[in-house]
Amino acid sequence: MTLNYEVVGITVLWTFLYGYLIVASVDFGAGFFSYYTKRTKKNHLIHNIIQRYLSPVWEVTNVFLVFFFIGIVGFFPDTAYYYGTALLVPGSVAIILLAIRGSYYAFATYGAKESGLYNFLYGATGLLIPASLTTVLTISEGGYVVVEDGNVRLQYGELFGSLYSWGVVILAIVSVLFISASFLTYYASRAKDSNALELLRKYALIWSFPSIGMGVIVFFLLSKRNLGHFQNMMDIWWVFAISFVAFIIATYLIWNRRNYGTAFVMVMIQYFAAFFGYGASHLPYLLYPYLTIYDGFTNESMAIALIIAFIAGLLLLIPSLYLLMRLFLFDADYVEGKK
Amino acid sequence: MFLEYDPVLYSRILTALTLAFHVIFATIGVGIPLMIAIAEWMGIKRNDPHYTLMARRWARGFVVTVAVGVVTGTAIGLQLSLLWPNFMQAAGHTIGLPMFMETFAFFFEAIFLGIYLYTWDRFKSKLKHFLLVIPIVIGATASAFFISTVNAFMNAPQGFELVNGILTDVSPLSAMFNPATPTKISHVIITCYLTSSFILGAIAAINLLKGKNHVYHKKVLHLTMLSAAIFAIGTAVIGDLSGKYLHEYQPEKLAAAEWHFETEREAALILGGILTEDNEVRGAIKIPYALSILAGGTPDTVVVGLNDFPEEELPPLWIHYAFDVMVFIGMYLAAISILFVVMNWMKKWNAFNRPLLWAVFAGGPLSMLAIQSGWFFTEVGRQPWILNQVMTVAEGATTSQHVDIMLVVFAILYLVLGVTCVKVLRRMFKNNPVEHELEERGITHSGNRKAN
Repeated sequence: MTLNYEVVGITVLWTFLYGYLIVASVDFGAGFFSYYTKRTKKNHLIHNIIQRYLSPVWEVTNVFLVFFFIGIVGFFPDTAYYYGTALLVPGSVAIILLAIRGSYYAFATYGAKESGLYNFLYGATGLLIPASLTTVLTISEGGYVVVEDGNVRLQYGELFGSLYSWGVVILAIVSVLFISASFLTYYASRAKDSNALELLRKYALIWSFPSIGMGVIVFFLLSKRNLGHFQNMMDIWWVFAISFVAFIIATYLIWNRRNYGTAFVMVMIQYFAAFFGYGASHLPYLLYPYLTIYDGFTNESMAIALIIAFIAGLLLLIPSLYLLMRLFLFDADYVEGKK
Repeated sequence: MFLEYDPVLYSRILTALTLAFHVIFATIGVGIPLMIAIAEWMGIKRNDPHYTLMARRWARGFVVTVAVGVVTGTAIGLQLSLLWPNFMQAAGHTIGLPMFMETFAFFFEAIFLGIYLYTWDRFKSKLKHFLLVIPIVIGATASAFFISTVNAFMNAPQGFELVNGILTDVSPLSAMFNPATPTKISHVIITCYLTSSFILGAIAAINLLKGKNHVYHKKVLHLTMLSAAIFAIGTAVIGDLSGKYLHEYQPEKLAAAEWHFETEREAALILGGILTEDNEVRGAIKIPYALSILAGGTPDTVVVGLNDFPEEELPPLWIHYAFDVMVFIGMYLAAISILFVVMNWMKKWNAFNRPLLWAVFAGGPLSMLAIQSGWFFTEVGRQPWILNQVMTVAEGATTSQHVDIMLVVFAILYLVLGVTCVKVLRRMFKNNPVEHELEERGITHSGNRKAN
């Protein structure tokens, strides 16, 4: 695979989607844990940790996603035609869930009123959003979308009846819980909050093996669904091996109660390797078998303009994100609740 | 649904609904940060904690509206691809750049908003905290800038060649800076500022009307009305330039807005009225020469009439009312804010009299109505085109099933979000009135901190 505008474009977008995968998982999982511990009356243990982390960053999370779906239309305008037409219903469901989640989080946090309903919505959407968003990855494998007389149609029966599609949904949910728990474990250790740490560490360990297990299951389900893609993945098996090793190190560290920060970095590497391995082996297809990055690409002048805008944007965003993290993530006094 | 299923019609209604709801939050999302910045700056400059408290309270309310703005903005961003896949395919090739940059601008704003809200008491220097609001103002206004260039492009598309249905020879910058861009962006941004000033002013006015006589409310009213007067004058100037743009590039839109049928010079501006079946205007106020002056600056400018355009390319003529509502409210806001500023300036007059307070209060909802009318005017006024003279709305729409069900579901969603948002905001400020917060923070009536 040579480096050309098409590959640069999809790599930029995939990187942002990976960013969303991590920050959104932390957020979604936190919502679920917050709700679950409230139901089991343990929320006093982790409520503060979750609030202190989430409050300043919740808005930023959403933007990663917007960036991806606006960016993909810029770089690959034909995706709007195929995915836009096919995904009307699942896309709308995802919008509604995101809308409920975002606004009710703000209502609960800034409206300064505890409400069981707000909490339930916040917890439930945390699991439903990843489930609905993964539909996009599932249908990209082909066989769920047909094009008849120039009309793109999603086969709902095929989607809901397929083992692969449900496998991906479960993988997404357990991954959200694992990523979130391992991050919050680290955050609790920084905050020197030993009660929260114990509980969150337990959650991280509970969800660790389901996440890797589902990863392996989906890997093999894919061979039934899209053999070409599966074989491409086998060709770069070492990428997935890196992912597996990172998982082992992360779990080992959390189990032994040490280096929670390194453990979380390992979780990030675990998903980075798996996500990019999946993405790279998916190429050149954006939608099997209709659309590749080459026939769906924008014109050259737009590609250059977007890449320049992207670099300029990064120069602006990276220092800003660094400031945000320095103030709220790496500032020991803030994390410990002294500020 | 009792209508025959037509994805184009339902896509139009759903998009109109989402945009109409989103634009409420988007408008104040662009304008309020500037007002917060002004208030915080005044607080530092005059060493007056009343202004600092204004900034704090506005920021607190603002973040709730931002949340709804973010989620509805995400909704419209995705809905564009879901409901208008063919349009977005063409747009991606031509006007993708500012759409992409808009997300950057918003990203930038979101990061600093997060920081700003949680760092009120974290820095020793007040100026440091003030500096954090500047990226929010820039990000908010830049978002409006970029996204309005996309709308400008829809009105005056350029920067590409269409050869046998294929887009070639694309120049992203020329597409972005099209003839509609200067008037469109300046009009959108300044009216966001104007509307936000009036909404904040309306809150102060109703508090004063309810008999809360604290000087804090008077300061709010004075600050917001002074800003509003400046923005209203700017809006009038830009509005005039927008008329000249329409005359030059979209004469059919101007003619439809003005029910102007015969091509002629010395054309009159028509306000209100009704249209008979024979296209005769009844009961309208006619201002002689005004349309020619609006279009070209001189009474002998020839304004092309509706009769000279093919009928199937004309927008529906009810947009005349939307146009009138927008213009009328714009003039009303200018009059009220200038009157307030003048009366307040003349020391012996009482600017805080009840009729004027009521008039300011009415300006809050009216300004939002003007925003809605303005957007309905510009969007419906472009019909039947989604990309003026290039692609019709019907060509741009989805062919998907179920748009009707989505319309119902989204209508319920927006209703629930709107009602809860209002409830939350009311509770926030009712439970913590200004007087209470002033006391809590130990600020005296004259605006000094009590020495402890």
